[in-house]
Amino acid sequence: MKADLRVRIGTLELKNPIIPASGCFGYGLEYAEVVDLASLGAIAVKGLFLAEREGHPPPRVVETPSGMLNAIGLQGIGVHRFVREKMPELRRLGAVVIVNICGSSLDEYVELARILSDVDGVAALELNISCPNIKEGGIQFGCDLGSTHAVVSAVRNATRLPLIPKLTPNVTSVASFAKAAEDAGADAVSLVNTFLAMVIDVETRRPKLSNVMGGLSGPAIRPIAVRMVYDCARAVHIPVIGMGGITSARDALEFMIAGATAVQVGTACFVDPFIWPKLLSGIEEYLERHGIERVADLVGTLRINGA
Amino acid sequence: MPAPVDVRAEVLANSRLSADYNVLVLAAPTIAGSARAGQFVMIRATDGTDPLLRRPFSVFEVLQRPGAAPHAISILSKRVGVATSRLFEAVVGDRFDCLGPLGKPFTAVAPPSEAWMVAGGVGLAPFATLTDELRREGTTIRLFYGGRSHTDLFYLDWFESRGVALDLATEDGSRGSHGRVTAPLERALSARPATDGLMLYACGPEPMLKAVADLAQRHQRPSQLSTERIMGCGMGGCYSCVIRARDEHGRVHFVRSCLNGPVFNGDDVVWE
Repeated sequence: MKADLRVRIGTLELKNPIIPASGCFGYGLEYAEVVDLASLGAIAVKGLFLAEREGHPPPRVVETPSGMLNAIGLQGIGVHRFVREKMPELRRLGAVVIVNICGSSLDEYVELARILSDVDGVAALELNISCPNIKEGGIQFGCDLGSTHAVVSAVRNATRLPLIPKLTPNVTSVASFAKAAEDAGADAVSLVNTFLAMVIDVETRRPKLSNVMGGLSGPAIRPIAVRMVYDCARAVHIPVIGMGGITSARDALEFMIAGATAVQVGTACFVDPFIWPKLLSGIEEYLERHGIERVADLVGTLRINGA
Repeated sequence: MPAPVDVRAEVLANSRLSADYNVLVLAAPTIAGSARAGQFVMIRATDGTDPLLRRPFSVFEVLQRPGAAPHAISILSKRVGVATSRLFEAVVGDRFDCLGPLGKPFTAVAPPSEAWMVAGGVGLAPFATLTDELRREGTTIRLFYGGRSHTDLFYLDWFESRGVALDLATEDGSRGSHGRVTAPLERALSARPATDGLMLYACGPEPMLKAVADLAQRHQRPSQLSTERIMGCGMGGCYSCVIRARDEHGRVHFVRSCLNGPVFNGDDVVWE
């Protein structure tokens, strides 16, 4: 018998715990010809502001050992074009759409939530309060406990959609931010966004990115991300969606054992756009081998001290 | 355009053309069967995570045995970093993940227009397949090809044997004109009657592409440029490879060169 891969994020039931991460999967349609979007637990689309955004000039990415830095600057088509141009096709393909929203003010988050609450096919909102690459908004809400609470509360009052603040690791205690989000009414938290980082060309003494700094992702950050997910999962009672350098079913399982109810996969999809069925079959194979009937039963089952 | 596939392509041959350049032949029948000139593949040079990302390469040749369907592609690679060093050192039987074909191809012109291809260094890469497509149209082809030195110019016999007229340039003057390849191009553009049709195709370093686009505009000739930006995924997911380009309304945006390119109309690209 095949294992039950369903997991629950607030009121939202996902058919499996695998979600392409925001910023790494375009608006989903870019990948529609290489993966059945309906086969995924959900898809987290690229972060949206109200208005279109140009993003940073290139170079926008640079590779590092087992990782990469990006400073895209949230280039995007804005929420109105997204709803008009992308949602109809995403609905038709049966994608479970988590829309990642970014605001430069509290009001912008609220307005985005209002607009998207009325859009058929939007399954949940991921609140981007953690993008390290833009000056205005985003991370300014995610690096201060009071601001995190305020923005989550405000959006909570504006929508009944499941609300998932996406947390930054660039703080002293991510778990305290997870707690602030929970207290403000979040249905789940997702983490980690990228680690603020730099690469310098020593010959020219110039930064490798036009934005000087960027966010580090990829396998290089995975052990830190696992630790942070573990910390957060112990601090809150709402589901944690884990991410950070997942490249295989083993990595996804590691996050789930640490306490993640579902996982997002970003950088690995750049390397292998066909990764999704491999992740799912790897998880199924593991569950079968360990005699676990429901993947949800694996969540937070880390054994410590001979347990 | 057919959907891209990812194949674990076996190395059928690796010809080292110089201390830096090699042509790697990869068994990839599906890609070979559908790739068009100007399209690219994303190759993963290691099974590990360092380097992590794939690298983009133009499809250099589509290879087929007489009477058979295409079975392989080749890439022209210049060794500049870890990934391209790995490809340079590859031996027959090695396997590399190869994703493609990707991107917008060139549009081949038909007679009476002529096709002038302008290549700088490893920018020769898309012009073998383009030559094949143009020959099927019966189009007269000329190749302006520049490199640092005569040791950086390759496949000259290949192009000559297919009736391509060569205009060579080297920065050290060891072969062809002394200097940049855009100098002989400019002379030829000035000499060509305005009433005779012409399409310019260019691939090479960005200063060269910009110079070709400027020349094309000044001589009121259309151009198609194959751009090369730092690319993360090749599929439109990462937004790394953007280039400023005009849309159909004349507005300028960052567009993804993996999806909207890598081939652009020269008039549409806005250079920084």
